[in-house]
Amino acid sequence: MEKLLNWVDARFPLTASFKAHLSEYYAPKNFNFWYFFGSLALLVLVIQIVSGIFLTMHYKPDAQLAFASVEYIMRDVDFGWLIRYIHSTGASMFFLVVYLHMYRGLIYGSYRQPRELIWLFGVIIYLVLMGEAFMGYLLPWGQMSYWGAQVIVNLFAAVPFIGEDLSVWIRGDYVIGDATLNRFFAFHVIALPLVLLGLVVAHLVALHEVGSNNPDGVEIKKLKGEDGHPLDGIPFHPYYTVKDILGTVVFLMVFTAIVFFAPEMGGYFLEANNFIPADSLKTPAHIAPVWYFTPYYAILRAIPPMFGSQFPGVAAMGVAVLIFFALPWLDKSPVKSIRYRGPKFKIALTLFVIAFIGLGVLGILPASPLYTLIAQILSAVYFAFFLLMPWYTRNDSTKPVPERVTQ
Amino acid sequence: MKKLLFMLLALPTAAFASEAAVHLDPAPVNLHDQESLQRGARVFVNYCLSCHSAGYMRYNRMQDIGLTEKQIKDNLLYATEKPGELMHVAMRTSDAKAWFGAPPPDLSVIARSRGADWVFTYLRGFYRDDTRPTGWNNTVFDKVGMPHVLHELQGQMAPIYHTVQGEDGKTHQAIERFELVKPGKLTLAEYDALVGDLVNYLDWMGEPAKGARMTTGLFVLLFLGVFFIIAFYLKKDFWKGLH
Amino acid sequence: MSDKSVDNSKRRFLVTMASAAGGAATLGVAAPFVMSMMPSARAKAAGAPVEVDLSKIEPGMLLAVEWRGKPVWVVNRSKEMLDLMARHDGKLTDPASENAAQQPDYCKNPLRSIKPEYLIVVGICTHLGCSPTFRKEVGPADLGADWPGGWFCPCHGSRFDLAARVFNGSPAPTNLVIPPHKYLSDTKVLIGVDQGAAA
Repeated sequence: MEKLLNWVDARFPLTASFKAHLSEYYAPKNFNFWYFFGSLALLVLVIQIVSGIFLTMHYKPDAQLAFASVEYIMRDVDFGWLIRYIHSTGASMFFLVVYLHMYRGLIYGSYRQPRELIWLFGVIIYLVLMGEAFMGYLLPWGQMSYWGAQVIVNLFAAVPFIGEDLSVWIRGDYVIGDATLNRFFAFHVIALPLVLLGLVVAHLVALHEVGSNNPDGVEIKKLKGEDGHPLDGIPFHPYYTVKDILGTVVFLMVFTAIVFFAPEMGGYFLEANNFIPADSLKTPAHIAPVWYFTPYYAILRAIPPMFGSQFPGVAAMGVAVLIFFALPWLDKSPVKSIRYRGPKFKIALTLFVIAFIGLGVLGILPASPLYTLIAQILSAVYFAFFLLMPWYTRNDSTKPVPERVTQ
Repeated sequence: MKKLLFMLLALPTAAFASEAAVHLDPAPVNLHDQESLQRGARVFVNYCLSCHSAGYMRYNRMQDIGLTEKQIKDNLLYATEKPGELMHVAMRTSDAKAWFGAPPPDLSVIARSRGADWVFTYLRGFYRDDTRPTGWNNTVFDKVGMPHVLHELQGQMAPIYHTVQGEDGKTHQAIERFELVKPGKLTLAEYDALVGDLVNYLDWMGEPAKGARMTTGLFVLLFLGVFFIIAFYLKKDFWKGLH
Repeated sequence: MSDKSVDNSKRRFLVTMASAAGGAATLGVAAPFVMSMMPSARAKAAGAPVEVDLSKIEPGMLLAVEWRGKPVWVVNRSKEMLDLMARHDGKLTDPASENAAQQPDYCKNPLRSIKPEYLIVVGICTHLGCSPTFRKEVGPADLGADWPGGWFCPCHGSRFDLAARVFNGSPAPTNLVIPPHKYLSDTKVLIGVDQGAAA
């Protein structure tokens, strides 16, 4: 066994990679609950890729056959129902985990210098993930798939001058049709997953280059012991591997509970209208995007048309996502972690979380004058969190940051 | 296209209001009552399947609700069909369009798209309405295109109107209750039981793997529970030396 | 981070348990994915047993039916055909159907059938999967004067007699495959179900 390992090591840095990224990658020893979601996101990515590969073995990307092929998977393929539910649940859980992972970054300042690139890669991953989820949602070819795609692609039609042509180009047809389904399939099963994998590697390489942040926002590499290792660091393996195994098991309990006992999740993971085949002549009574898009959908609806154009709403929605890129340069606080920040940031963050969740709820509900007003206020809060950040982080009070991490 | 977008963004308001007004009766769905499922299957094959297909469902899947392949063959199949076949409908789509305006929808997943309660209420909600071409209307599906296929069993219901004052101050006629004007072969209680069996079957047919799903899930969660205990003590053991 | 406090036997036990649970989980997850690649209910329905009415096949004639996507030949062998059958045993690789993989036990006889006159055989050459041609005429010019009637594979020239037994020197290594089949009545046969099994 050792001989074989030596043989490989002489030709491929197997042991060296294991050491560099696991057994001698020193991570801060004070990771808490919020630090589970990075490895869980990786787990969900693997789950989605594996279940997705097996679904493509039976799925037919053809407007005439797609809906039936999904029911074929649900009924005729041995354990097809399980693979499909794993994939549909995985889509929602992916966003849940990613949102919690991003929130962790927000509270502990993980996007701050020197980790700006990790954050940027992460935001691109989030963007690609949205595209991946949106295109995947068309594939079952139910009514919600069809009309959801119709609405979102029509958003591009709101772009001034080129919009109309742009939306036709995206669809490859004048309505969502067979051509659209085919190209979304291609993007969903190969193009975007490849991009996603590359970005995840970049995200991790950048992370391992600068080292992980921690709940205290202390740079552990500043203080090293006689052995040259950070005093507050512990090797990722075995300490965090065993901890992540525990996190994984708990996550899987939640995941499988949904897959086996509530795969529709009350209509939020699988919608009732999506059990009706796509019909280009009949719009379902109530269209809402899947829950993970609803905060942005609420922002879209909150902005009234201006100058006879829907574009301002579409632009606001786009900016709401893209503004995450600017975060590392908007935050002017001298400290990273929320533990040592003052009340202004804490209030701002609380309001932002309320706005984000509130918008998410409003995006599910049908619009009404009152709801639209609330959505407008919450949208303002959402943008204020980012745009006012340079001001309130600079003159916020702070507490002294300790030299070493706390337990 | 822009107009469509405006319309879609505004549309949900109206739709929600009309949907919320309808009261649905809870359907007596019980996945484990095989006799009810078998009775429902017979009703489905005898009454629904002449116009509606269940094109994703295979006859021999009914072995899952306790029927043998021979029973399926003898009681539920036409002579030319095989147990492995899908539950297609004999009526041609073009004929269906001519007769009903639109082909009757496939019923494989109707309980998942509409909900079992809706179907249960719908099948018991037909009433006489001479303004409709079929002579029938429905409490949960206004201006429905389907005639009351089961009226020989249920009998005929007629609405009794009364005058109500709307929110705008004007008065209009509204349905107060229904009256059985012509009794059917079954009593109303028997009819409800029959529809209950049928809806139970439709609900099962919407997802035949549901039973297997729940059973498998139980074992998976039990296993993960054991795994959790191991993982918990493993983590504790590795971390206890750490200060 | 000192390892002084480590109870080695306890740790070994926990690591073993965790590895076992992880291994079991991996197997448990792999199983449904592997099983999803087996023939689906649709494939099984399409490959369902096929019923053949023998009364419609004249002596000397061949009826081809499809079973599991493969051609299955049902041949009503005439008396003359049967008479020629025993005369070329010396030229055959497996005249008595010794190779158990090529037919069910109830067809393990020189005529390779339940009833002598009716041969039921999968029409796929055991060499590389072509479908041989039915050549029932005796001694045609291209196959030689001693040809007793049988099948000739156009792909690589394998030769089989009217019991689908392969002649020596053919590229095909074994006799053609006899599928499981059972008689429902004197004239009705069900292909795809073993004799003695429930229909």
